[in-house]
Amino acid sequence: MPLHIIACVKQVPDPEAPASSFRVDEAAKKVIAAAGVAPVISQFDALAVEAALRIKDAAADTKVTVVSLGPEGARDVIKHSLAMGADEGVLLTDGAFEGDSYTTALALSKAIEKIGDYNLVLCGRQATDWDAGVVGYGIAELLGVASVSLAKAVTIQDGKVVVERVLMEGYDTVEAPLPALVTVSNELGEPRYPKLQQIMMAARKQVTVWGAGDIGFASSGVRANLERLFQPVSEVECEVVEGETPDEAAQKLAQRLRDQKII
Amino acid sequence: MANGILVAAEVSGGAVAPISLEVLGAARRLADQNGEPVQAAVIGSGVEGLAKELIAHGADHVFVVDEPALAKYSCDGFVAAMEKVNAAASPSAILMGQSDMGRDLGPRLAFRLGSTAAMDCLSVSAPGGKLIAERPCYGGNARANFSFNTSPAVVTIRSKAQEPLARDDSRQGQVTKVDAGIDAAAIRDKITGHQEVAEEGIRLEDAEVIVAGGRGIGSAEGFAVLEELAKALGGAVGATRAACDNGWRPVSEQIGLTGKIVGPTLYFAVGISGASQHMAGCSGAKNIVAINKDPEAIIFKSSRFGIVDDYKKVLPALVEACRKLRA
Repeated sequence: MPLHIIACVKQVPDPEAPASSFRVDEAAKKVIAAAGVAPVISQFDALAVEAALRIKDAAADTKVTVVSLGPEGARDVIKHSLAMGADEGVLLTDGAFEGDSYTTALALSKAIEKIGDYNLVLCGRQATDWDAGVVGYGIAELLGVASVSLAKAVTIQDGKVVVERVLMEGYDTVEAPLPALVTVSNELGEPRYPKLQQIMMAARKQVTVWGAGDIGFASSGVRANLERLFQPVSEVECEVVEGETPDEAAQKLAQRLRDQKII
Repeated sequence: MANGILVAAEVSGGAVAPISLEVLGAARRLADQNGEPVQAAVIGSGVEGLAKELIAHGADHVFVVDEPALAKYSCDGFVAAMEKVNAAASPSAILMGQSDMGRDLGPRLAFRLGSTAAMDCLSVSAPGGKLIAERPCYGGNARANFSFNTSPAVVTIRSKAQEPLARDDSRQGQVTKVDAGIDAAAIRDKITGHQEVAEEGIRLEDAEVIVAGGRGIGSAEGFAVLEELAKALGGAVGATRAACDNGWRPVSEQIGLTGKIVGPTLYFAVGISGASQHMAGCSGAKNIVAINKDPEAIIFKSSRFGIVDDYKKVLPALVEACRKLRA
């Protein structure tokens, strides 16, 4: 049976950018993009693509479509996914899509319905910008399909999706009938890195672009309002313990911890 | 917010999970701001006896869904059960822990109820009766406050962010059994296996002392001296995501946004730069001690004590000094 997997990917500010460059515009309730740091595919979404490609590695007649919702520039994360080995890409871009986790999940679910004929939808466990962890589950509910979260392994066996679901202590093996939606966690491993030849091939691939009208998106408005966005301040004053030698510094530190009744 | 706050309690090893008691504490404080009741739901098989636990920790009214099909967690089963409880309780908000259950149940339940969820929140408040949930975002670099246009909003609370109430067995409450009629055959997501990762020694969540290492440790072997320090202080070893992703430590030791949330008295951050995704897991520590050769490392901004040097030079002497002090 040929499989069709849809992976949802988001473009985010590079989380590896130095923390000192992180700035919030509190009036606009927005994060100010660090100068000279290019946005990237959200790490967990790259793993969603990776999970799809591992299934494709095992069953060659698998088709992988990636969908991204974002500005025109989000085309880059689709190209990245195509270079990793995905077959087709769809970019959802329209001012009407701006909103909250609900409007994002609604637009993605409408796009997935329009793409149609899917067996499995894969999402990252959360995007590394808002860390919301809502959209994947929301898509599953809006599509009415089974969902399994926090996968460290995803396989297709006998027409079912079999997921190793990460828990605080260990993992569960969970099965669900297709079509289903699975969110992927970092324990899946490393995403593959595109080779130069694949990047060049991906550059020539067409990306389908859809707006609200193309997918029949009509939102009744956001369900959550961002009231305030700010940077927390740390009140801790660090006492740097020094010594003539590392040994002396270590002994002084142990003594300070004892003085403070911490040890 | 007339109908009060509903807490979805989680059962772990036959008892109410500690995180659910913390959530009950948060719900009680929130409800008391507006003179509202706290309701709680407990879902599972053979869980009816836990209702009195929830009452002793702050619930006024407990809804029990006790059915064989709910013996193990499933998204389909628990969302359906919570849908029934929600209909009976009609709360203005639903609170639960950011846990194995809450991460999965929270957002899907919210959408089932035509609402939305704010996950992994540090606090909830209701100034002027308007629910506000505060949550970290951008890997902990920023905080966001959200309000809601739909009800009930689902809010999950981060472990160790809120204090439970002191147990009071004299508290009175009502218990209502809810027949959800969950049919096992209708549950699509089924647990078919379970693998426990055996943790040696003390659980990270319970440890009073944690010695954690990051990218700066450089190898699996490098952790040996961290293990010695942990042993000398009766503590546990933890690791950053980078250290786990490199295969130096098991995933079960990962501390951070996508790992465990810990709150020890003493937290040694060794060779850890202090990326916010890691700090999200250890910001509950009472005292952080940073050992890092980079004086500019952001970890020093969150630390009470620090040594700027190579851990390989400092730690052996620190192990020795701690052993002597505790002898």
